[in-house]
Amino acid sequence: MAKITFDGIEVEVPDGTTILNAARAIGGGIVPPAMCYYTPLKGSGGKCRACLVRVAAGSAKDPRPMPKLVASCVTPVQDGMVVENTTSEQVLNVRKGIVEMLLINHPLDCPVCDQAGECDLQNFAFEHGVSTTRYEEERRTFEKIDIGPLIQLHMTRCILCYRCVYTADQLTEQRVHGVLGRGDAAEIGTYIENIIDNEFSGNVIDVCPVGALTDKTFRFKQRVWFTKPVNAHRDCENPKCCGNVVLWYKGKDVLRVTARKDQYGEVKEWICNTCRFDKKETSDWTIEGPAHIDRSSVISANHYELPVLNQSIVADLPESSTRDLEQNPPMRLGN
Amino acid sequence: MSFPTDSPPKPQFSEAAKAEIDRICKQYPAERRKSAMLPVLHIAQAEFGGWVAPEVQDLVAEVLGVKPIEVYEVSTFYTMFNLKPVGKHVLEICRTGPCQLRGSDELTLELERITGAKVGGGPSADGLFTLKEVECLAACGFAPVVQVREKYYEQLDTEASVNAMLSELRNMVHRPALPWEEKGLPNAVANN
Amino acid sequence: MGRKLLTEHINVEGIDTFEVYRKHGGYRSVEKAIKTMTPDEVVEEVKKSGLRGRGGAGFPTGMKWSFLAKPEGVPRYLVCNADESEPGTFKDRQLMSKLPHLLVEGMITSSYALGANTSYIYIRGELLYVLRILEKAIAEAYANGFLGKNILGSGYDLDLYVHPGGGAYICGEETALLESLEGKRGNPRNKPPFPAVQGLYARPTVVNNVESIAAVVPIVNDGGDEYAKIGVGKSTGTKLISACGHLNKPGIYEIELGVPVEEFIYSDEYCGGIWKGRDLKAVVAGGSSVPILPKELILKTAAGENRLMTYESLSDGGFVTGTMLGSGGFIAMDDTTCIVRNTWNFSRFYHHESCGQCSPCREGTGWLEKILHRLEHGHGSERDIDVLASVAKQIEGNTICPLGEAAAWPVSAAIRHFREEFEWHIRYPQEATRPGAVFPGKAVLA
Ligand SMILES: Cc1cc2nc3c(=O)[nH]c(=O)nc-3n(C[C@H](O)[C@H](O)[C@H](O)COP(=O)(O)O)c2cc1C
Ligand code: SF4
Ligand code: SF4
Ligand code: FES
Ligand code: FES
Repeated sequence: MAKITFDGIEVEVPDGTTILNAARAIGGGIVPPAMCYYTPLKGSGGKCRACLVRVAAGSAKDPRPMPKLVASCVTPVQDGMVVENTTSEQVLNVRKGIVEMLLINHPLDCPVCDQAGECDLQNFAFEHGVSTTRYEEERRTFEKIDIGPLIQLHMTRCILCYRCVYTADQLTEQRVHGVLGRGDAAEIGTYIENIIDNEFSGNVIDVCPVGALTDKTFRFKQRVWFTKPVNAHRDCENPKCCGNVVLWYKGKDVLRVTARKDQYGEVKEWICNTCRFDKKETSDWTIEGPAHIDRSSVISANHYELPVLNQSIVADLPESSTRDLEQNPPMRLGN
Repeated sequence: MSFPTDSPPKPQFSEAAKAEIDRICKQYPAERRKSAMLPVLHIAQAEFGGWVAPEVQDLVAEVLGVKPIEVYEVSTFYTMFNLKPVGKHVLEICRTGPCQLRGSDELTLELERITGAKVGGGPSADGLFTLKEVECLAACGFAPVVQVREKYYEQLDTEASVNAMLSELRNMVHRPALPWEEKGLPNAVANN
Repeated sequence: MGRKLLTEHINVEGIDTFEVYRKHGGYRSVEKAIKTMTPDEVVEEVKKSGLRGRGGAGFPTGMKWSFLAKPEGVPRYLVCNADESEPGTFKDRQLMSKLPHLLVEGMITSSYALGANTSYIYIRGELLYVLRILEKAIAEAYANGFLGKNILGSGYDLDLYVHPGGGAYICGEETALLESLEGKRGNPRNKPPFPAVQGLYARPTVVNNVESIAAVVPIVNDGGDEYAKIGVGKSTGTKLISACGHLNKPGIYEIELGVPVEEFIYSDEYCGGIWKGRDLKAVVAGGSSVPILPKELILKTAAGENRLMTYESLSDGGFVTGTMLGSGGFIAMDDTTCIVRNTWNFSRFYHHESCGQCSPCREGTGWLEKILHRLEHGHGSERDIDVLASVAKQIEGNTICPLGEAAAWPVSAAIRHFREEFEWHIRYPQEATRPGAVFPGKAVLA
């Protein structure tokens, strides 16, 4: 076991635990945000840098501070380590910078994005960012593509967290999509729009922190905060599928089916494509009751605010979305 | 990014290349055959006309026993692999600081003017040249520099040196043989 | 004339063949190490020599070797970093193509010291012709009993292979290099674990630059103490400097560390001064990543002392007035050079070479390049300079690998030392973008 101090709070965790998971063991507002790390996915993390923290003392044996901020999601704790997150001005400032970086090439088309309301980037920007951008250059854009009949890829929104790649690698036998190209030209790509026809491929939708991978069968485009999440289960024929899901209702209609997530937005158990895409009748399911969405998300707050409002960005939006924007001003919807 | 969908007949490596690939794969632990990815992609590019078509990449995947996507992830990461058809000679012009200080921008314009090809565009009308800008080739003291296949052309800051390079390439019937091809070029190349 | 420990025989006819190389004392270090020394004794000599990694970071090689984990029954690897892609650096290519056996010899002696039975030379893909030269040298070494099973009857086995890259600067970063050697994209790994514990195929691995490995040969031949006598302070031995840009005699020079920068630039033994009779404006002393310094600060430190070609002297003054020896890629710029253009060029390089894994580097390098491109083409605005400086700061220190810093430093340093030239581009875009325009001096801004 290792004892560490995180933002002044002591916690004891097994050796080898990452700083992030030690913080999650404490819980609450001191937990660093994570945009790429995903506990069930081996090898994930370290990329987005949202979770950087300051190590004020490396360990009891070597109490020197670490020279640079470290990614809490991939750095293991040491006994006697002292970590600063919300108590460090430097960390908070750097995090603002990370928000800015993640947004400079992000389309900010939240008003027309399916993910709005349950987007980790939106939450991240809302909680940790600043409300202006200094970015005046051209933004990177891609065409939308269908990855088979069930999943759509809107690459322009992707933050290259690699979660979907790890998911496909670790859940399916034949991964057909991956990261192609490099640098800021890197993209999630596939071969000849190869169909992801594996029975667990739909899980890439749930792990995607933004609206880059979306469910094409999501019936009627709806803002998620107008839908009602309900926990349900069925006795799934697929032995690898847990059959425990969230049904998203609008009135009597099941609009979509997702896996259940914990408070950090991580899928608890994977579900198969049959449960996700084919079972959209209430009669397919045993209803358990309303799902509690307890993440610090804009869905639970039931309001929605565009994190960065900037005229030049709004002007960049395609015409259709500008129209949508005019009709549905993004400020404080539903509140 | 996606690749074209029409699939021409399945390519095959020549016997000489197969032997070379076998030799290379033995350099890595048996369960680490994927390690041979880059050397095998180089062989594939040399064998199949200077670029790696999707079906050529699929062949590489098959030879290495990996998923095709694992090859695409690599071929699109490294700049040496051409993903579109190229002219007979690909002129890779270094554009980085030290070369720029000694005239690489001017060299690029000159090569565009002479060949009629454009950097980043398709091959010249005669099919001979593709122009490609690349980053530092580790020859900065001999700038400006152009690489064509395995050969470096250096100090291309005079008309004479540029012309010498171009006429050497124009007079080349087919590309120089690689060590494993010494017994003769594979048919595909010799017929080019 | 300084001593030449590596390149003494570089111009000997046929030195790339085993026979000629052997005649000039080649492979003595292998014989000496394998027949008369334990592996630990070799490591000890390297420690005594004070050799610092020649790839750029300058980390003491002997110390790196002693960190190598040695769990029972687990193979370990030595991997030579021959990716040489840092702009301004072209020493390894020259050394390998002319003296391939020197690297092969260094690899054998070093592998013995580390207890590696399989070693790789990772060479950048553009140098396939050098790979052929190395493979030929390796075949000769096998044929003469210096590689393979039971080398020189000692019971020590070693296989040595050359592996080509595919065109990616980032693969010079040691963990990206290992990923690439495993046949993957060159995405640097998060550390820890460090390669010394989990490197190639998750086994303990040492990664060293070509020149570091080559230097092991004279160190073992003559002893670490002898080697350490050359140089100044903690900058021991000789170093290959690849000099380029606006010099009369660009090329590769093996210098004894401690040569004054002024002598290196102007003396006929080295670069022979600035071309076309022009004046020196600025120098990037250690490859494109290190801070650029104006003439006054590269020749003399802020305290007015002569700047020397050593790790310490070049970094005197920190980043405020100093720079770094880095990889030894020495880029000189004459007084007609546009610093904005050069900075944009370097930014474009880092933007192009970022692997794209982590957000500050992936997004920040593009942002820097785009602003600099605008400035250079006459579309700058007053706040650009501050945005540049702040974006550079947002990248620095917050990324997975040091490419982030490498992209940020040249921008920060150019603004630090040449701010007026940037302002000139913003305020007088028409003048500044005229072909061949030269910054007339800060008086123009008054
Ligand atoms: C972006 C980047 C590029 C690098 N490129 C090279 C290179 O081309 N050659 C090299 O020897 N080291 C390079 N390095 C340094 C290596 O990571 C590593 O420190 C070095 O190979 C260690 O060898 P040494 O201790 O012998 O210098 C690079 C580092 C970074 C961050
Ligand atoms: S598509 Fe989504 S999950 Fe995949 S890398 Fe992009 S942001 Fe991450
Ligand atoms: S700093 Fe740049 S090159 Fe290094 S890992 Fe991050 S994105 Fe890749
Ligand atoms: S969550 Fe730690 S770096 Fe992305
Ligand atoms: S800059 Fe062109 S070879 Fe280095």
